[in-house]
Amino acid sequence: MELIEAIILAVLAASTPLLLAATGELVTERSGVLNLGVEGMMIVGAACGFGGAWLTGSIFIGALFGIVAGVLMSLVFALMALGLAVNQVATGLALTILGIGLSGLIGAGFVGERITPAVHLYIPGLTDMPLIGRVLFGEDAFVYFSIALIIGVWWFLYRTRAGLILRACGDNHVSAHALGYPVLRIRTFAVMFGGACAGLAGAYLPLAYTPFFIPGMTAGRGWIALALVVFSSWRPGRLVVGAYLFGAVTILQLHAQGWGVGIPSQFMSALPYLATVIVLVLLSRARTGGSTAPAALGTVFVPDR
Amino acid sequence: MQLVLEKRAERSNTIALVSPLIAIGLTIVTMTILFAILGKNPFLALHAYFIAPLTDAYSLQEIAVKATPLVMIAIGLSLCYLANAWNIGAEGQFLIGAVAGSWIAVKTQGTDAGAWVLPAMLVLAAAAGALYALIPAICKVKFGASEILTSLMLVYVADLFLDYLVRGPWRDPQGFNFPTTAEFDPVATVPLLIDGGRLHLGSIITLLVVAAAAILLGRTIKGFEIRVVGAAPRAARFGGFNANQLIILTFAVSGALAGLAGIIEVAGPVGHLQPGISPGYGFTAIIVAFLGRLNPLGILIAGLFLALTFIGGEQAQIAMKIPLDVTKVFQGILLFYVLACDSLILYRFKLVSPNRQVASGTH
Repeated sequence: MELIEAIILAVLAASTPLLLAATGELVTERSGVLNLGVEGMMIVGAACGFGGAWLTGSIFIGALFGIVAGVLMSLVFALMALGLAVNQVATGLALTILGIGLSGLIGAGFVGERITPAVHLYIPGLTDMPLIGRVLFGEDAFVYFSIALIIGVWWFLYRTRAGLILRACGDNHVSAHALGYPVLRIRTFAVMFGGACAGLAGAYLPLAYTPFFIPGMTAGRGWIALALVVFSSWRPGRLVVGAYLFGAVTILQLHAQGWGVGIPSQFMSALPYLATVIVLVLLSRARTGGSTAPAALGTVFVPDR
Repeated sequence: MQLVLEKRAERSNTIALVSPLIAIGLTIVTMTILFAILGKNPFLALHAYFIAPLTDAYSLQEIAVKATPLVMIAIGLSLCYLANAWNIGAEGQFLIGAVAGSWIAVKTQGTDAGAWVLPAMLVLAAAAGALYALIPAICKVKFGASEILTSLMLVYVADLFLDYLVRGPWRDPQGFNFPTTAEFDPVATVPLLIDGGRLHLGSIITLLVVAAAAILLGRTIKGFEIRVVGAAPRAARFGGFNANQLIILTFAVSGALAGLAGIIEVAGPVGHLQPGISPGYGFTAIIVAFLGRLNPLGILIAGLFLALTFIGGEQAQIAMKIPLDVTKVFQGILLFYVLACDSLILYRFKLVSPNRQVASGTH
């Protein structure tokens, strides 16, 4: 029983950064912008988040640092891809390359330092319940926030006028523009939201997952988050399922290494990446009837004047 | 007054020529500020980065050695990007090429295998790189899976596979437990061009690749197809060009070149297979391809320039304790400026007042 509880807890912890980053990218892509720089925004968020927490001793301020760093990175992307109408794929790649360098530079000062990780909720009685107690009532604030956030995003996209307008920009920017909506401004906000989420997702790693910073600690999670958005068919509900499935694969391979299954550890470590490829293939194949992606995704828009 | 972007009637050839130079200039200005923030003398730092490596023969050779894989990979990537196929997994294809070629070197180690070993290694590496690149290409063409994500995921897989080999079956028994194969035999090593120097045959192969790409793009129907499919997909469909076939072809060629670059690096400057054989060549080559305007000659120049930043970065680290990550920041900023300046080829800025914009909204 305790092992099952431990595995569920570990899966939730491993899934949370994926869910956070993918939630932000989902909103960005729904507005019609493909920001491939998630990995870069995450790793800078991780470095700044850890730096903030280490300097102030506060996990909350660390998380804020991560969010601000992610937003700043996303603004660079917005300036290029929206302001200057540069190819979004190339800009996103540039953002990731820049982010990896910047995070090394920022993080160089505190590699090897440790902080006290984020505290977990404790409600006497509820948290002590067997099996589900700690899973439901013993998580850190990031886990609860990530779930609240995706519910909020679902409500925003499908139950508000602003969400409808944002989706309209993603499906047909010419029509949205003709109706008088400021397409580029709406997309800029969507990109910034994506940056904030990626920054927070990155900050989660050194603030709650492992209480120290190592260069490159995001290890491709930003790219997996991008794949998750495709996996979800751009729908918040499926995104949650996908994020927890991927978290489960990550944890499963770690446990399998621990149990001494006769497979070299490197093959097990490759599992999440291989799983991403296989899932992308299976899903894309199942969708041959017609794409569910926002119709204007990744296309350049320069308003007629 | 408001600054807005406006499409030019036709692309500006002047800007197309000077935009990489503007980008490099802007990058150097930004770096000066960054060095000042880091508390280093910007002029000494810039000297260490861009001038010092050009002043001695050893560093000059080293620049050519570093540019060799960058240019070779970037030529392949440029074909993909021209055809609008986004291969960003060249790093993985590089590693798989290195692994496949090393297989022959490891298996013939200490035997009296003859001069066939090196050519066989090169061929196998190119084939393996091409096959590895075909995975995302086929996933894209057959199933519509994003080649960007699949090719990138396979980088991590290749990295782990190489790690497994050099820590497991291929580890040098006399290697004091270091994760590396034994040094390759002389027949499995890329020959040097000058005795005691650093320049090797790989640089010549790279020049041949550049020439071949220039002929392919400038003088053949296939090259024309690649450019049309990328630049005008609708026109290409009317012209009867098969876009899917070109995705397969460009991915295979770029994978083969990345794989070839991988084995040349391992059998040349490194001399054995180990983790960390690439300081991100596959990713830096993306920058090289764009800085070189997806043009073979431009890529050759851009590759030499980015190789200079690698060598300069190492020298600046030794001389001035400037962190190596500054080189990556530099490369990232450079790519941003290149892309931003490229935007001015197709668009121009225009100052408009919000009132007039409404009044002239009809035309």
